[in-house]
Amino acid sequence: METTFLTHTMPSISSKDLRRFGKPLVFALMLLPAVWLAWNWWLAYGFQPNGLGFNPQETSNRFTGDWTLRFLLLSLAVTPFSKLIRSPKPLLFRRMIGLFAFFYVTLHITSYVWLDMLFDWVELWADVLKRIYITVGFTAFLMLVPLAVTSTAGWVKRLGAKRWQRLHKLVYAIGILGVIHFIMMRKGFQIEPLIYAGMLAALLVFRVQKHLQKTKRITG
Amino acid sequence: MLIERSERWQQSENSVTSETIYLNRRRLLAGAAVVGAAALAPSVFAQRDRVLKPLAARPTSFDPGESPTSEAAITQYNNYYEFGTGKGDPAENAWRLKPAPWSVKVDGLVDKPGTYALEDLVDFNALEDRIYRLRCVEAWSMIVPWVGISLASVLKKLEPQSGAKYVAFETLADRKQMPGLRWPVLDWPYTEGLRLDEAMNDLAFLAVGLYGKELPSQNGAPLRLVVPWKYGFKSIKSIVRISLTDTQPATSWNISAPREYGFYSNVNPQVDHPRWSQRRERRIGEFGRRETAMFNGYGDLVGDMYAGMDLGKNY
Ligand code: HEM
Repeated sequence: METTFLTHTMPSISSKDLRRFGKPLVFALMLLPAVWLAWNWWLAYGFQPNGLGFNPQETSNRFTGDWTLRFLLLSLAVTPFSKLIRSPKPLLFRRMIGLFAFFYVTLHITSYVWLDMLFDWVELWADVLKRIYITVGFTAFLMLVPLAVTSTAGWVKRLGAKRWQRLHKLVYAIGILGVIHFIMMRKGFQIEPLIYAGMLAALLVFRVQKHLQKTKRITG
Repeated sequence: MLIERSERWQQSENSVTSETIYLNRRRLLAGAAVVGAAALAPSVFAQRDRVLKPLAARPTSFDPGESPTSEAAITQYNNYYEFGTGKGDPAENAWRLKPAPWSVKVDGLVDKPGTYALEDLVDFNALEDRIYRLRCVEAWSMIVPWVGISLASVLKKLEPQSGAKYVAFETLADRKQMPGLRWPVLDWPYTEGLRLDEAMNDLAFLAVGLYGKELPSQNGAPLRLVVPWKYGFKSIKSIVRISLTDTQPATSWNISAPREYGFYSNVNPQVDHPRWSQRRERRIGEFGRRETAMFNGYGDLVGDMYAGMDLGKNY
């Protein structure tokens, strides 16, 4: 079985090695999409063949939106995964993944504000208010800011573990808003955003189940 | 995915050639309808083995005077949800469509109903070149050199009865040919409609070709509507049915999201779509955005039809 395989292999890598080699590796991997995007814009800027297609602005808006949502869901999956393999080691990566989600939403906004709207602030503000799916995305972004700011060990101490954890539960709401943003943005009834919605739902169900088990244990 | 994209890009080299030939030819042979015999490089694109035959057509004055969008962009950046919702999906999947033999069912309030072979409906000896602007509701635009015939000339042949007030169109819906139909993105088959006076307007066009050749499948082969003063989705593709009715026909996007897509859907920079501001558009191939013109710049030809109508309500 996969789980037993993981239980046996994963803890055999020491936390020290994971910090020393695992983290830089995962960091580099998560940077790849951004590197790809930057490289292709560089090519496009020089009128070279590139992978951005016929509407490069649309491509980068969507590409960065997709990766924001992916890293957001991945960060939510860390805790369930760590429970599944009965090892705390995946938790070493949780903050990094969360910060990458924040990094990609920043690129997402940059792509939209700069490449797409060309800093036309009047048009932009009208757009954010008028188009409900952008308002939803913007709300998700605003909620993500305090989480990125308080992601350091210093802030965990300052807030206290309990309060810090409660604050960071916001990420579930952000995930839900992100998926709603995606569903609303696509025209008609499309399957792809629903796949993300399904994954998010699975993560939420897992979370709620764990919570119920905990309360049962306490009350029982 | 990356590899596939760059391949598509490279294909554009061929297309640039045939495009140049096409454009020069158009200038050289203005007035003479002899494109047919010319040895135009057959463009293959995603058609697998479908070779697009050149079509002979006579030039017209319908030309916005702006250079046409590249053939590569027009044939590889498409919205045709029957073949998938990604912009590149139609070019990839539309080879499954069988554009010949093709027939169109004509019914409703006409004196000449029946099932017509494409060749009986469209007179291939009377084709015209028309270069039109295309404005998508997603706020991008193109300049497209179509080949086809005026919609009015076809409708007259069918002899609409005096009670007919609208024309309804329907796209093919065959799962074997159209993999996108597996998902209920829209209520298939795709349907569209026009008021009869809109359909009879000079500008309303039925296209059977593009860039001097038959329509590629992803562009709505073998027969599609082109109504350039309306958002692109009104220009229904791969038409299998034309009905004349006395009531306003149901249209797919209106059924899907009535608040966003009205029956008229005229290009109108003053009436925003809840999803896209319609004041500006990106011309495919350009970096910035341009101002969008009322009726997509065709106000002098179509504006009269909407005199006195509240276009904010009738969006
Ligand atoms: C946590 C926050 C956010 C997430 C998870 C997110 C995610 C996404 C996703 C998945 C898409 C669809 C991509 C696709 O179709 O493949 C998208 C599209 C889009 N998002 Fe976001 N987004 C967020 C915040 C924002 C913000 C703050 C803005 C604007 C200020 C924004 C503007 C847009 C726009 C304009 C599109 C449409 C792209 C296009 O079709 O050109 N999003 N977003």
